[in-house]
Amino acid sequence: MTWEGVAALGILGIAAPAVPGIAVKTKSLLTGRRGAPVLQLYYDLWKLLRKGTVYSRTTTWVFRAGPVVVLASLFVATLFLPLDGRAAPAGFAGDLVVFAGLLALGRFALVLAGMDTGSSFEGMGASREVTIASFAEPTLFLCFIALVLSTGEISLGGMLGTPLAVAWPRAGASLSLVGISLFVLLLAENSRVPVDDPATHLELTMIHEVIVLDHSGPDLALILYGGALKLALFGVLVVSVFVPRADLSGGAAIAVLFAGLALVAVAVGVVESIMARLRLTRVPQLLVGAAVLASFGIILQLH
Amino acid sequence: MRLLAICALPLLAALAVLGFPVFRGRRVPVGLLAVIALAHLFLVATLWAVPEPAALGGWMAADPLGLTVLTLTSVLFLVTVTYTVGYLRREKPRSGRVFAGGLLAFLSAASVVSLAQHLAMLWVGMEATTLSVAPLVFLRRDRRSLEATWKYLVISSVGIALALLGTFFLASAQVDVPGRPLVLSDLLEHARELHPAWLRVAFLFLLVGFGTKMGLAPMHTWKPDTYGEAPSLVSGLMAGALTSCAFLGVARVTEVVMAAGLGAFAQPVLIGFGLLSLAVAAVFIIGQSDVKRLLAYSSVEHMGLLVLGLGLGGVGAYGSMLHLVNNGLSKGWVFLVTGNIVLATGSATAAGNRGLIRTLPVSAALLVLGLFAVTGSPPFGLFMSEFTILRAAITAGHPWIAVAMLLMLAIIFVGMAALVLGIALGEPEPGTAPVRESPWLVTGPVALAAAVLMLGVYIPGPLHDVLARAAVALGGNAP
Amino acid sequence: MHNAAQLVLLLIVLSDLAVLGTTRLTSCIRGLAAQGVLLGLLPLLLAPQLSVHAVSLGLGTVVVKAVVLPWFLARAIREAAVRREIEPLVGFIASLLLGALAIALAFAIASRLPLPATQQSLLVPVSLATLMIGFLVLTTRRKALMQVVGYLILENGIYLFGLTQTESVPFLIELGVLLDVFVGVFIMGIVVFHINREFDSLDSTRLTELSD
Repeated sequence: MTWEGVAALGILGIAAPAVPGIAVKTKSLLTGRRGAPVLQLYYDLWKLLRKGTVYSRTTTWVFRAGPVVVLASLFVATLFLPLDGRAAPAGFAGDLVVFAGLLALGRFALVLAGMDTGSSFEGMGASREVTIASFAEPTLFLCFIALVLSTGEISLGGMLGTPLAVAWPRAGASLSLVGISLFVLLLAENSRVPVDDPATHLELTMIHEVIVLDHSGPDLALILYGGALKLALFGVLVVSVFVPRADLSGGAAIAVLFAGLALVAVAVGVVESIMARLRLTRVPQLLVGAAVLASFGIILQLH
Repeated sequence: MRLLAICALPLLAALAVLGFPVFRGRRVPVGLLAVIALAHLFLVATLWAVPEPAALGGWMAADPLGLTVLTLTSVLFLVTVTYTVGYLRREKPRSGRVFAGGLLAFLSAASVVSLAQHLAMLWVGMEATTLSVAPLVFLRRDRRSLEATWKYLVISSVGIALALLGTFFLASAQVDVPGRPLVLSDLLEHARELHPAWLRVAFLFLLVGFGTKMGLAPMHTWKPDTYGEAPSLVSGLMAGALTSCAFLGVARVTEVVMAAGLGAFAQPVLIGFGLLSLAVAAVFIIGQSDVKRLLAYSSVEHMGLLVLGLGLGGVGAYGSMLHLVNNGLSKGWVFLVTGNIVLATGSATAAGNRGLIRTLPVSAALLVLGLFAVTGSPPFGLFMSEFTILRAAITAGHPWIAVAMLLMLAIIFVGMAALVLGIALGEPEPGTAPVRESPWLVTGPVALAAAVLMLGVYIPGPLHDVLARAAVALGGNAP
Repeated sequence: MHNAAQLVLLLIVLSDLAVLGTTRLTSCIRGLAAQGVLLGLLPLLLAPQLSVHAVSLGLGTVVVKAVVLPWFLARAIREAAVRREIEPLVGFIASLLLGALAIALAFAIASRLPLPATQQSLLVPVSLATLMIGFLVLTTRRKALMQVVGYLILENGIYLFGLTQTESVPFLIELGVLLDVFVGVFIMGIVVFHINREFDSLDSTRLTELSD
């Protein structure tokens, strides 16, 4: 665990809320509006932290635990990523399964908290979220398998760190396909258009937003921050695959990472402004398409 | 020079018909068709008398195999044109240009296929035959013929595409082997040096691809619909000439495979397809109620026999060549006669026809005789060729093949006889008078019937010579 | 050159998958046009040096496969006023999965074939994959136009394989092949037009009158 690694973790923690902000700002500018400031999420978090919480009488400890588990799992998951481009703060062989498992744990807690309220809106959102997840998880694993085959490492720190830079000249095509697939996953897991519209206010069309409808105050702040952190996490995944930073110095690697994150956020904004939300029945098709891309990457590696 | 003329003449005529405004309108330029048909047959006849050396740097030549198919096509074309004279007095196709253009383009394409010594050129000609016949199938422009045309186009195109892939595989087999790529003579000369793995795959793909055009089972599904819905004279041309051209494709690759010593691999495959086609034909002929569809399944049967003879080797190759000629002539004969029936009564089904022997005596008689010919009864030519194939099965040490073949031929005879005799005999519908049969509509079938009858008793020397040489090229021998 | 050819081949596979996964007919035709352009680029990238043969073949391919045929098909769509492909016989998700399976099979088969070592190593697998995916589209789609698109993709796959044999298959023959494909699709287009007029739809599952 190097100084750069710790610094990167800290900066990620602080900068995460800016990522959705950049995405929303890009979308607004492209659609001809001024839009909210990039730092809007910080102001929202600050506002929410100072508010009181309201708990419905139908909820139990599950509802209160939800946001905490979400955030905790995301923090632990961040530890497995090599933010400085070389090695991760924590890692062991096979930790990619733990990574996926932590993300799933967070989702599970969120969904349970939503269903705990007993409201039908949350239940509907929960079932949709889990359906999409059942297509997204195999895609994530296929991407990981492609990375494993390219680099020969089975820990995330290895797959996205130095061995990846070595593998790029040889396996460039596969890695590009994996990168595209991961970007589609980013859109799916973080409830962006074309999978889910974060700006909609019609509950029947929501997926992610509706699950957290009943949270308020600091709980909601934790969830919003967790959402931003998850987006940043996937952004780190995408940037690490596309831009191997092992050859750069520590500071430069981190700078490139955050520049890349900003670029990913802009890309998300662009996608959000040019595409409309897909019909719910078409979302599995999109994810299967991403899975097929990743499997094509795997086939190229086996060739 | 003659070879190029044989191919170019019909093509130029087709382009003229489709291009020049003088041919606009519904009238079919029968005069032009007749002139081209006669010129074509004349040129082909001179090829028999005075052999011609290879043209286009060896890409085109009239070898025994090709000459047989070319002559068969030319004769059938001439007979079809004479029939057309009488046909056009009763029915007018929607577009005379398309009708004539399609026929002429077909003749040109079939000539190219017969004379091609470069296998890719053969492919181009084969695809051209597929495409030139498609508008002719669709001549009646109703729902059923539309459906038939669509199925024909899709299945044939896929088959031809697979044949193209097989051709490319064959070219892959020739890599690092001396000789011009895909030229038949060079392929045969260096056959033993060809890569066996590529050659095997090429054989399979070419067999399946050209087999689709032939109508071998299980790629035959387009045949009953297409032959059933196309005008009978078009079906006759397809069943007689087009299938023979497709068989030529299969025969060419068999030549190469036999010369390369892969006979042990190729022959069981050919025999398998042959027996399967016989079985499928036998199953579907029973209970058939439409004469044209019946004849389509009969065509499947005969294609199976052709491939079976090829696979058995020895005298079977000669049997296949003889059968090629006999089948082509008799299919033309029977389809034209069926056309007469359709012209007179409007349908070729059992429901619409009864007691034809009284209303259409000549055509009905020809139909019944045709039944006997097509099912291989003596004294018609098909009996001789089928018998030769049987002999080959027994000599090759596969008596069970002979037994299976006889069994299926018997079933087919029963099935066909049930429909044909049911149509021809019996009492006609009350009130139907005998129809006057135009000599134009009858001369052609009679001539073909006479030819098939003659071939059953006596095979002319030059023909026997050509067929024997073709058989030897296919890895067999003459009786 | 080597890497550029590899990139083009990968993009061809992506265009195959795009056609497999799209529901809109116009997008399928655009994917086909893109494939035509990529196919036209390949002879130029594969030839050891630029020759008249390679340039004219590339140009001819682009003109026929990327311009004329897609334009013709797009016109057929306008005439028939169809927009979407209804659920195909195997479902879109199953189609995509079968497409991935086809790609895997193609690579597996290609690794077993005896290929000369100098060959562009991706050419044969991509050609087989395109072939199989074209066949998949041809057999599982209901709209007659989509069957034509599948046939064209099948032909593209075969054409790709033919590029491995550029010395054996002379220029004239390649022209002949292109011409045949063009005329074939032309005739198919006319038949599709008539199908639409007769049956008022392009659903080929309605073509079931003839049977035994």
